[in-house]
Amino acid sequence: MPMASATRTNRVNRNPAPGRTPETPGPGRRPSKAAALWRSSVGKKAVMAVSGLVMLAYLVAHMLGNLKVFFGPDDLNGYAHWLRTIGEPVLHHGWFLWLARPVLLAAVVAHGVAAYQLSRRDLKARPQQYAHRRRQSTYATRTMRWGGVILGLFIVWHILDLTTLTVNPLAEEGHPYQNIVASFSTWYGGGIYCLAMLALGLHVRHGFWSAAQTLGVNNPRRDRALKLAANGLALLLTAGFLSVPVAVMAGLVR
Amino acid sequence: MNLTLRIWRQQGPDTPGEMTVYQVSGISEDMSFLEMLDTLNEELILRGERPVAFDHDCREGICGACGMVINGQAHGPERTTTCQLHMRHFNDGDTIDVEPWRAGAFPVVRDLVVDRSALDRIIGSGGYITAPTGSAPEAHATAVPKEAADLAFEHAECIGCGACVAACPNGSAMLFTAAKVVHLNVLPQGAPERASRVRNMVGAMDAEGFGGCTNTGECATACPKGIPLTGIARLNREFLRS
Amino acid sequence: MNHDDANAGEAPMSYLDYTVGAPVADTRAPAGPIEQRWDQRRFEAKLVNPANRRKHTVIVVGTGLAGGAAGATLAEQGYHVVQFCFQDSPRRAHSIAAQGGINAAKNYRNDGDSIRRLFYDTVKGGDFRARESNVHRLAQVSVEIIDQCVAQGVPFAREYGGLLDTRSFGGVQVSRTFYARGQTGQQLLLGAYQALSRQIAAGNVELHARTEMLDLIVIDGRARGIVARNLVTGEIRTHLADAVVLATGGYGNVFYLSTNAKNSNATAIWRAHRRGAYFANPCFTQIHPTCIPRSGDHQSKLTLMSESLRNDGRIWVPKAKGDTRPPGQIPEDERDYYLERIYPAFGNLVPRDIASRAAKVVCDEGRGVGPGGQGVYLDFADAIARLGRDAVEAKYGNLFEMYERITAEDPYRVPMRIYPAIHYTMGGLWVDYDLQTTIPGLFAIGEANFSDHGANRLGASALMQGLADGYFVLPPTLNDYLGRTPLPPVPDDHPQLAEVEAEVTDRLHLILAVDGDRTPDSFHRELGELLWDNCGMARDEAGLRRALARIPALREEFWRRIKVPGTGAEFNQALEKANRLVDYFELAELMCLDALHRGESCGGHFRTESATPDGEAARRDEEFSYAAAWEYTGDAPVLHKEELVFEHVHPTQRSYA
Ligand SMILES: Cc1cc2nc3c(=O)[nH]c(=O)nc-3n(C[C@H](O)[C@H](O)[C@H](O)COP(=O)(O)OP(=O)(O)OC[C@H]3O[C@@H](n4cnc5c(N)ncnc54)[C@H](O)[C@@H]3O)c2cc1C
Ligand code: HEM
Ligand code: SF4
Ligand code: FES
Repeated sequence: MPMASATRTNRVNRNPAPGRTPETPGPGRRPSKAAALWRSSVGKKAVMAVSGLVMLAYLVAHMLGNLKVFFGPDDLNGYAHWLRTIGEPVLHHGWFLWLARPVLLAAVVAHGVAAYQLSRRDLKARPQQYAHRRRQSTYATRTMRWGGVILGLFIVWHILDLTTLTVNPLAEEGHPYQNIVASFSTWYGGGIYCLAMLALGLHVRHGFWSAAQTLGVNNPRRDRALKLAANGLALLLTAGFLSVPVAVMAGLVR
Repeated sequence: MNLTLRIWRQQGPDTPGEMTVYQVSGISEDMSFLEMLDTLNEELILRGERPVAFDHDCREGICGACGMVINGQAHGPERTTTCQLHMRHFNDGDTIDVEPWRAGAFPVVRDLVVDRSALDRIIGSGGYITAPTGSAPEAHATAVPKEAADLAFEHAECIGCGACVAACPNGSAMLFTAAKVVHLNVLPQGAPERASRVRNMVGAMDAEGFGGCTNTGECATACPKGIPLTGIARLNREFLRS
Repeated sequence: MNHDDANAGEAPMSYLDYTVGAPVADTRAPAGPIEQRWDQRRFEAKLVNPANRRKHTVIVVGTGLAGGAAGATLAEQGYHVVQFCFQDSPRRAHSIAAQGGINAAKNYRNDGDSIRRLFYDTVKGGDFRARESNVHRLAQVSVEIIDQCVAQGVPFAREYGGLLDTRSFGGVQVSRTFYARGQTGQQLLLGAYQALSRQIAAGNVELHARTEMLDLIVIDGRARGIVARNLVTGEIRTHLADAVVLATGGYGNVFYLSTNAKNSNATAIWRAHRRGAYFANPCFTQIHPTCIPRSGDHQSKLTLMSESLRNDGRIWVPKAKGDTRPPGQIPEDERDYYLERIYPAFGNLVPRDIASRAAKVVCDEGRGVGPGGQGVYLDFADAIARLGRDAVEAKYGNLFEMYERITAEDPYRVPMRIYPAIHYTMGGLWVDYDLQTTIPGLFAIGEANFSDHGANRLGASALMQGLADGYFVLPPTLNDYLGRTPLPPVPDDHPQLAEVEAEVTDRLHLILAVDGDRTPDSFHRELGELLWDNCGMARDEAGLRRALARIPALREEFWRRIKVPGTGAEFNQALEKANRLVDYFELAELMCLDALHRGESCGGHFRTESATPDGEAARRDEEFSYAAAWEYTGDAPVLHKEELVFEHVHPTQRSYA
């Protein structure tokens, strides 16, 4: 039986709430532009896009450099040496690399921190999932977070493997070509690398177009071209990076 | 046709809810989805049970009141509003899952009704052109290039339904916010407040607890009015230059 | 009928035995040349010192074009506004659904338009049942509306040169309708909503969304507040103010099936009527000829399609009764293009009421098409042959799409089916030139009042009126009221407040306590059908009397058999519906009585007894040149007539043959 119980409660006084002027809030103290940028979700995302693109540019160069493996040890070792001479005589020998490293490190850190903070915010903004799940975005889009984590772990591994040589028992300081071959000759060395490069392809496939969107350079006319470019870039990077371990494992490079 | 419905029932924002199963029969394919729910509700009332609460008003696809997630898709399988979705898009014997918009910023009021007032507050933070009544210059004083007018219109079509937020895995209101920012920022009348508008609206969006954009595109896929995803790029541009 | 002796005899007084009271008159419009009246009125109006405005609270009920515009403007001027809507957001008010456009006498086309012509067209279009001074002001203000909306960023259609585009609409010869594709109402409303949102954010407007006004507080003869129910919690609360503005829209939903939004209702104006505001011309309802016909009993509302379709579509039905062949198989010489046949001069473009009635006549003859025989064909085959499919698509593509989505029929191949539907209500609360009702301090604006459209509204004029009232007319007249009127504070424990709250609460209790076996919708459907059949497109004395006998019985049945689960202290949509129905029953009765008493035909009100020899509507100016303002008594109402004087536009009989 329905129990009728419309509640009846207190009245509101006619005394108006103290009115404010409709004018937009005065200048006041605004946080600095950079801080405001970092604090807003859109700004933070822009930091991610820029840092991502910095890494991307580096990776393109890196990938091209890697291809020198196919021209033999001298070519590659020569290239590795050349890297240290960039900027000479303005810069001292090796300075360029030392300048590039903090930039890359900053990019990785900024990218990772922003990704972490934004992801937390995003998860909180959607606390409950649908009982009937149905996603329509692409696989690359859906795997950005896991892909990013894989890449982050890989970067650590990669540095331990080929820069500090900590995890590469057969490596020798100053012989990059040999070290690469040594690393990729183990099943886990090649495997980890290949897996990471596939993840990279997916990450870039969404990431490049996404960065264009985030930085506001996309528009209806460019949309298709940017998506094509993202796919092309992802394919190129993945194929380029993969060619080395595949060649090593196939015995073409030894 | 006969259908099995699994509908989210929840008494209030603080009570737990669950999917509840109902059978409906004799559904005509000319019915709208809401008319199908009306039919169910008539039966529930006669059985003395509380009818399923859902928002609706115009039933013409323009007020933006209606909205539920049908089989995992905001507004269901067609690109239109729930009130304009017809039962001919379903088959006899189907099981249909019906859930409310889900987002942290949209607390459930009851059953399929959610509180979308956060969207209103985003508009209040800057989604307007300051033009107090009586202060307007002659309408033809400023000609607006047709492309700008058309672009503004394309974004002004947003009905504020919130499907974009519901579809977004991050519960982000970027498409909604972009629709209004682009509408007003591309018009000459909107130029004076261009920078503050986008800054304040993005600030309000963040403050309301909407998620950030990861450019998944789910919003634009769900949007019944076809607000383009590139609108978000434009919003970002406006924000970064502000 | 002779009412002089209505009260004589021992029989209990029935609703039909209304009495005629003292005439009402508008005392606010200044005398003098009609062009100067509005200026004069504004000049005479008292102003409120800007510093004092903040101390005045104004309640605005409704956030449509009228209410949204008024709330924003009053708040900009410095008043403290408390505003209500039953939707979850002010942006969803029913104004959002208007498609066609908004009129304004800008004369951008240099095609001979002027304020005077818009004034003339509106008075004539209203079939000479509107007040001249109001209509003239509307035409004057129309020009400012467009300026205001453009400044707000309303994206009206533009031409390649960047200037505003216009089109002609509703059978007038000038091109004065501004539009934003098929979404003019939406864009105008968003403009007002955004201005309102700015004031809400600034703290000048206190918005109560999902809150429904259920009664009016009148203290010492003045409107001082409302009682409203929070639809989410069920909480019932009194809100006090110095003046109350009703902008609650039309009451077309009394018919159940109409083009109005599902939740549009008459409760606010009806409750105000019960508290003393006169209700004018309730029987003046407008029927739109081009709506999508109902597809079955489940139909919950009707969808309008723009009238512009009649520019290129040809309307026909089979010549033979009960011809169920598909349209393609009916040969040309077995089709009856009845509008072209009866009205050779105007053909398919005759005004709304004539097109609607003709459709009803052929359907009543048994020649209607589609389910239930309630439809006529609107055929584009000729237009497609003449102009090509692309041209037709460019003009009507979105409408064809909408039609196909709803009916699953492709209008490029199969003729559309259309049928008339209730669309707009010209009647409403009686207001004077200041838009004030007969309760001092209670104002009514937009579709909620009766003011400007007489017996028939022209296309694209409702949006104009709503915005004119809200942006430009109400603010100065309300100023005048507040400036002139001593308004002592109402103590919180004023007995009147508890009394009204109790009445409202008790009514909900009573509804919930019935626990019967019929749903609110089932009653609403039945009431709607009764009205549609007897107080719809064509009305006659017998039918109206039948309806007047049936409505009280239906109401009595409601109080025995209504079933509403749940309680009043929660979100309860069935309770909302049932509560609105209670008012619909009473309103329906008054509509029928008004239709019965007005023995003439005029505009949307067609009395079959009052027709010209060729079956057209015949006005009877000597007897009925007045607005009928009804006073609520709890029993048979009292009729107060406002004589209409036409100094500028002289009444003529419409002819479209
Ligand atoms: C389908 C359609 C198409 C139309 N096309 C056109 C057109 O092209 N051109 C034209 O000029 N006109 C058109 N009209 C008519 C026009 O849209 C309306 O007359 C006009 O918009 C009414 O505006 P309003 O502000 O008076 O009321 P509405 O927009 O109906 O607003 C009513 C407001 O009051 C609130 N309200 C009502 N009751 C209560 C209550 N009890 N408590 C609290 N709040 C309450 C509601 O929440 C809402 O906010 C059309 C109408 C329809 C139905
Ligand atoms: C070294 C290689 C990396 C490159 C080249 C790269 C590149 C990019 C780019 C260009 C974007 C797009 C930014 C935008 O949407 O605007 C992006 C997004 C993202 N990256 Fe990376 N990134 C790399 C490493 C990482 C790492 C190490 C992480 C993890 C900590 C990570 C996590 C993310 C996430 C979560 C996103 C956002 C997801 C999305 O836009 O959908 N990325 N990345
Ligand atoms: S952008 Fe689209 S989905 Fe989002 S609120 Fe607007 S109309 Fe709805
Ligand atoms: S009910 Fe208005 S958009 Fe669906």
